[in-house]
Amino acid sequence: MPVIKDAVCSFCGSLCDDITVTVEENKITKVGNACILGHSKFVGMFEHDRIETPMIRKEGELVPVSYDEAIEAAAKILVKSRRTLSYGWCSTSCEAISGAIQLAEETGSVIDSTANVCHGPTALAAQEKGSPSATLGEIKNRADVILFWGCNPVHAHPRHMSRYSIFSKGFFTEKGRKGRKMVVIDVRKTDTAKLADKYVEIDQGSDLLLITALRSIVNGHEDVIPETVAGVPKAEILELAEILKNAKFVCVFFGMGVTQSRSKYKNGDAVSSLISDLNQHTKAVMIAMRGHYNVTGFGQVATWETGFPMAIDFAKGYPYYNPGETGANDLLVREEPDAAIISAADPGAHFPQKAVMHLARIPVIQIDPYANPTTEIADVVIPAAVVGIEAEGTAYRMDAISLRMKKLIDSKFKTDEEIVKDLTAKVRELKRGA
Amino acid sequence: MSEMLIKNANVCDPVQGINCETMDICIRDGKIVESVSGSAKIIDAEGRLTMAGGFDGHTHSAGKINVGRFMNPNDARKNLVPGLSGQVARTEKTRAQVGYNTPNTYAIGYRYAKLGYTTICEAAIPLLAARHTHEEFKEIPILDKMGLSLFGSNWQVMEYIRDKEPEKLAAYVSWGLRASRGYGVKIVNPGGGEAWGWGKNVSGLYDPVPNFDVTPAEILMGLAEANERLQLPHSVHVHCNNLGKPGNYATTIETMKLFEKINPSRDRQALHVTHVQFNAYAGTSWRDFETGAPMVADYVNGADHMTFDLGQVIFGPAVTMTADGPVEYANARMLHEKWSNQDIELEDASGVVPLFYSPKSFVNAVQWAIGLELALLVKDPWKVMFTTDSPNGGSFVNYPEAFTYLMSAKRREEVISGFSKMAIDRMVLPGIDRELDFYELAVMTRGIQSKMYSMPEKGNLKVGSDADIAIYDILPGQIDPSTEYAKVKKAFSGAAYTLKDGEVVVKDGEIEATPKGKVYWVNAKVPANIDIAMQKDIDVKFRKYYTVSKSNYMVEDTYLQKPVEIATEGVF
Repeated sequence: MPVIKDAVCSFCGSLCDDITVTVEENKITKVGNACILGHSKFVGMFEHDRIETPMIRKEGELVPVSYDEAIEAAAKILVKSRRTLSYGWCSTSCEAISGAIQLAEETGSVIDSTANVCHGPTALAAQEKGSPSATLGEIKNRADVILFWGCNPVHAHPRHMSRYSIFSKGFFTEKGRKGRKMVVIDVRKTDTAKLADKYVEIDQGSDLLLITALRSIVNGHEDVIPETVAGVPKAEILELAEILKNAKFVCVFFGMGVTQSRSKYKNGDAVSSLISDLNQHTKAVMIAMRGHYNVTGFGQVATWETGFPMAIDFAKGYPYYNPGETGANDLLVREEPDAAIISAADPGAHFPQKAVMHLARIPVIQIDPYANPTTEIADVVIPAAVVGIEAEGTAYRMDAISLRMKKLIDSKFKTDEEIVKDLTAKVRELKRGA
Repeated sequence: MSEMLIKNANVCDPVQGINCETMDICIRDGKIVESVSGSAKIIDAEGRLTMAGGFDGHTHSAGKINVGRFMNPNDARKNLVPGLSGQVARTEKTRAQVGYNTPNTYAIGYRYAKLGYTTICEAAIPLLAARHTHEEFKEIPILDKMGLSLFGSNWQVMEYIRDKEPEKLAAYVSWGLRASRGYGVKIVNPGGGEAWGWGKNVSGLYDPVPNFDVTPAEILMGLAEANERLQLPHSVHVHCNNLGKPGNYATTIETMKLFEKINPSRDRQALHVTHVQFNAYAGTSWRDFETGAPMVADYVNGADHMTFDLGQVIFGPAVTMTADGPVEYANARMLHEKWSNQDIELEDASGVVPLFYSPKSFVNAVQWAIGLELALLVKDPWKVMFTTDSPNGGSFVNYPEAFTYLMSAKRREEVISGFSKMAIDRMVLPGIDRELDFYELAVMTRGIQSKMYSMPEKGNLKVGSDADIAIYDILPGQIDPSTEYAKVKKAFSGAAYTLKDGEVVVKDGEIEATPKGKVYWVNAKVPANIDIAMQKDIDVKFRKYYTVSKSNYMVEDTYLQKPVEIATEGVF
């Protein structure tokens, strides 16, 4: 029975690439090294219902059709549309993303990724102040102070702490956990916070105040700090600043508690500034805890192909970027799109009600291996192979290192890459006909 | 079989010693040949200047440039060189384009081709992130591509040098090139990347690297020896220590001297020093900063073991990007600019910072002058490669503008007249009246590249070479570049024809076709026993310190578009 070593797990942004997978009769029967989330992804495939066939909504009901019929129906929607929103593309391969960008360019669409409701503000922060970062191995080998801010890797990135951060052992960090100090800043005592050497609980939405206070202390202006900031006593903030300044190597891992709370991108902007200031005293870097396994990849591919990481509007024939105007939710809330193509994401479950209501009113094409709430409002449903299991391709880890995902088993489903290619060909054909 | 005849070409091909002579060029199946049949397609060059396709031997065009794009979305809209920058809608032939310093991949391909360039060498590939570089290569149309892999702060390299294991070091370099599909050995601020892992830097050639007990000088010599042992087509490609610091010209000359004892294993230089403009500063601080170019040029004029490139500054916005992590942090703090950094585990560092070169700043004005001084004070153009270290000194789309500085003293005077007296006092450029001719320009933009990269089929128009050809709308006998520099600039900004492998890709400055280019990489053979011993050492590195598996580290074949493997035989 074939045992595939060093498979890449296509679940979260940790992109663990040491997974051992046993395949018997085209089924994955055993998974080694994966966390519970990764394990469910590899094995859950055989337990959860897939979208078994392409479907088109007729008289309110989704009815099975062939791939060709579904592609043609989808292409007709795209050709007819004057303002298409293309959204998602984060739990898929860079090759599929590249195809989706070309399709968006040719159809004058707006294309956006799930960063719109996730780490989009992190990109905006980098555009303000830059992104002083490092690969995860730098943390493994050097970091003696690790700060998790507004993130909960125990649940969201279960192997992060053992492979890359707090529990891992590296060249200058032979003692592992014992040689490292772990700080957690959050609004509630999460399971990650319970493991911390120092937990700082802050008032909800007050991250920017605390970061600013820390910067003031690091830059020698502790006299301006009031007695309490963000619900934290000044003495505790001073103590925290000392931990950071006296470290040999600091890494701030930050999650959506920082990016999607009050002050949004200003938080990431301030973290970046704090990192720059800390480097006057020690070595410090920051890494965003990206969620979907290839949301980083969308940003990378979109940036080299269009110049921008997300929210790209091709209406003028060239890429135009103005998040706040050209983001997926910006468009939907303005009721602007007259059609949508959604892949590897579930806005039906995760977008604000007003945005979902507009999606429900317009023709929606869905490309996904699994049914989800978006399927309920989709008009053309195209099932896809699961990338990283049934299809190969490239993905980017949260630290922007790219890895080749393997194909582990055969599938009767087309890959996202193939579907996009077929769809683009059909759109071109219809346009020529017109 | 496709054939083409370029009639009445005024050929300037320094590799063959041809200086603007009118002749015909025959092409068959993408190569230059002796003769073609009567059915060949004919292009009448009408006596216009014809050169081999340009070859940018040091540019940041894939990989790290993405960080530059990511943090500078404003660059996408910049249109400072109309026709070669800014937002351009898609057409039937071309993808949408954006940008100036950090264009998207498609724009990079189209715009280099419009300048008559057909080959680029990406200046820095981190081994661990090499896959990303090749993903971008795939999306850069038309051009042939290659890249230099970073070894200068690599743990395994430093350990082998410290432990005096030159054979295993060579085996590791060979493996690293194979893993990253690189063409040559790049060394950036040797040892400085590792020091930056702790927020520090090395101060010169003999300042030991923290925790590794080797000096930058030892890293340079160790890698140079490995480079020659493997008979690599290119010499080591060095970004010196102390880049960007007043007084650094001394370190630069000291580095060049070190290599006098290196015997090149092939018919090429033993050392290439890159973007020397940034490393030819005199003075002791930014207060008494002045040109160090005369000292560097003086040394280079007496040396015959090395080549260098300029890193010419272009006034206006630029984006600095380098594996020299500490330099970028220093830039960001000094200029109060945004700062991105990416340290690569076990291997190197890097950073990206946007900046603006202003003729009103005396430091920037002197930097601008230093690049030109180096080009003009070094007598032998076969030692000088023209670059702006794009986009560090400025975007490649400004090359035609920079050519006018090299070809016209009058044009230089015009620019210098806008400088402050303090700036003029700190440079020697106003006293230099040398003006390059087309022949010397062709040496610096295609001829030297052919030799320094050991690519006999590139950068020249010999029979057997690739039919990568640029025809510019210039009649060499009837133009005086010294005074008619506006015409020169216009002609170099949009080739009348650019041919890639015999196919017309640009006509009258517009894109005609967008074929895919080749990717060159070097596979250096190493005896099996030495390779096995070396593999055992790196297996430990992967098991204990890397965060990716060894099997997932190697760039897979699928990422290489039209790969060309250059095999060399290591001498052990």
